Amino acid sequence: MRYQTQKVAYPFFIAALVLFAAQVIFGVVAGAIYVWPNLLSEAMPFHIVRMSHTNLLIVWLLIGFFGATYYLLPEEAETEIYSPNLAYVQLGLFVFAGAAALVGYQFGIHEGREFLEQPLWVKILMTISFLMFLYNGTMTLINGRRTAISVVLMMGLWLAAIFWLFAFYNPANLSLDKMYWWYVIHLWVEGVWGLIMASLLAYLVIKMTGVDREIIEKWLYVIVGLVLFSGLLGTGHHYYWIGLPGYWQPVGSFFSALEVLPLFAMVIFVFYMFWRGSRNHPNKSAILWTLGCAVMAFFGAGVWGFMHTLSFVNYYSHGTQITAAHAHLAFFGAYVMLNLAIFSYALPQLRGKQPYNQVLNMWSFWLMTSGMAFMTFVLTFAGVIQTHMQRVVGQRYMDVQDDLGLFYTMRLGAGVVVAIAVLMYIYAMLGPAREQLPAGAPHLAAGGGVKGNP
Amino acid sequence: MIEGLTRNAARNIFFGGSLFFFLVFIGLTAHSHYYVVTTSTDHAGLTDSVKHGKHIWEQNSCINCHSLLGEGAYFAPELGNVWKRYGGEHSPAGARNALKIWMRIQPTGIEGRRQMPGYDFTEEELDALIDFLEWTSRIDTQGWPPNISG
Repeated sequence: MRYQTQKVAYPFFIAALVLFAAQVIFGVVAGAIYVWPNLLSEAMPFHIVRMSHTNLLIVWLLIGFFGATYYLLPEEAETEIYSPNLAYVQLGLFVFAGAAALVGYQFGIHEGREFLEQPLWVKILMTISFLMFLYNGTMTLINGRRTAISVVLMMGLWLAAIFWLFAFYNPANLSLDKMYWWYVIHLWVEGVWGLIMASLLAYLVIKMTGVDREIIEKWLYVIVGLVLFSGLLGTGHHYYWIGLPGYWQPVGSFFSALEVLPLFAMVIFVFYMFWRGSRNHPNKSAILWTLGCAVMAFFGAGVWGFMHTLSFVNYYSHGTQITAAHAHLAFFGAYVMLNLAIFSYALPQLRGKQPYNQVLNMWSFWLMTSGMAFMTFVLTFAGVIQTHMQRVVGQRYMDVQDDLGLFYTMRLGAGVVVAIAVLMYIYAMLGPAREQLPAGAPHLAAGGGVKGNP
Repeated sequence: MIEGLTRNAARNIFFGGSLFFFLVFIGLTAHSHYYVVTTSTDHAGLTDSVKHGKHIWEQNSCINCHSLLGEGAYFAPELGNVWKRYGGEHSPAGARNALKIWMRIQPTGIEGRRQMPGYDFTEEELDALIDFLEWTSRIDTQGWPPNISG
């Protein structure tokens, strides 16, 4: 760690990990309700559990992105963070708003559009916090060196904040409501968050491979170009059946099919750079999460997304468990693993240690990834059966659901495994540190351990 | 392919191309907005009751169990065509009555069956909610869902 103010990231990462644990617990509860439908039906009905699960995910991922930005900006810009105090205030505000929303949900206080359930005042607080963050980051960038990584990252975060403003617009006409709702949801996760993902991966790759910045930044621009060229009009794959014109079927099918390309490019990018790189970086767990992120994002977002994105397929599969399968692996691969890669890389330096607890960390990687993959497989099987029985044969929804019990039981099992893996990860990262350097590389410091050679 | 490309060229392609596709996207959604208002939905038929119904739908977060035009949670049945499923096109009074009874008897408490919470809706609120679902069932959804099961 070369800059003092990089330590601003530390409380962000801790807050993110705590909320991550809570998110997974709500997920297990939701999975349990699928198996035992009467569970908590009065105390905490399913819709409350689900909105807690999804909102916590979004909030902790954002806090992770904020922290990651504060961590890498000083190194990229070669200057200290503009105002560390503003960062702490911003974090406090964001965590308070998120926690208040979560507590409110348990008492039935919420709005009603999916993922945008936060009460208006919570949305406003989050917007203020986000703007404080953007101001802080942008001022840092203006004061220092502007690299492709920091510019693309800040651009992704700025655009995320701008599209978020559509959360405040709720037309009475349901079709318009849905069309603009996707401006937030799709343009975040399949659009501008892709900029955040690619730039953070590029940062990790530069630090851990030592490959020339010129080459990495060229790849970065190619990847984010592919993200937006495919992802903007790819929004059309949500516009097939909600009352919008028929041309969205060819447009959405074509461009969303191309959304696989940037994800594939990211796999090639990270593997090629680690193969080419000369640096034998000692933080093996961070390398594992970085490679795993690109691979699982490719399968979860790319392959599972493509599976049901063409309009003539989606006509049958739309809104079934296939969507649920895709959503779980896509979010996990692209954004959860990305954050865990950043935490694994940065926390040893923030705690002033060599990479530690790497064996436990890597076990949690394999357990968590296997659990998520198994969950995705069983939900996919459930979704295929549901699609056939309900959409082709025409059986009633609840009759079909009653036949899917076996898959929901296996999904709950997978969820429990993931939850255990998450606790292992958190213990490995925040618990007592035991150094475990790989044989043959003990002299190499992790990142900034050696001055001037991060 | 990538060897022949310089970083600055890649950057310019990124900014220029993104701006181009963004403008195309804005143009198409602007046209879609017009299409929704004039063609695919009964925009003039957005009565106070339909608007109130949408508000009740949101206030109770129905979307976090049900799906509406295929979007939402997948824990409970699709409601975009529930009006048609209850026969509302042929006997509106019967469908309205059946939907009200269904909502009033929740939760069923049946062991091993997913539970819908009981909501204390007034007669007027029930009518508004059903007006909203009826309005929704008349959106031109390009023929989706494939059958009445939703």
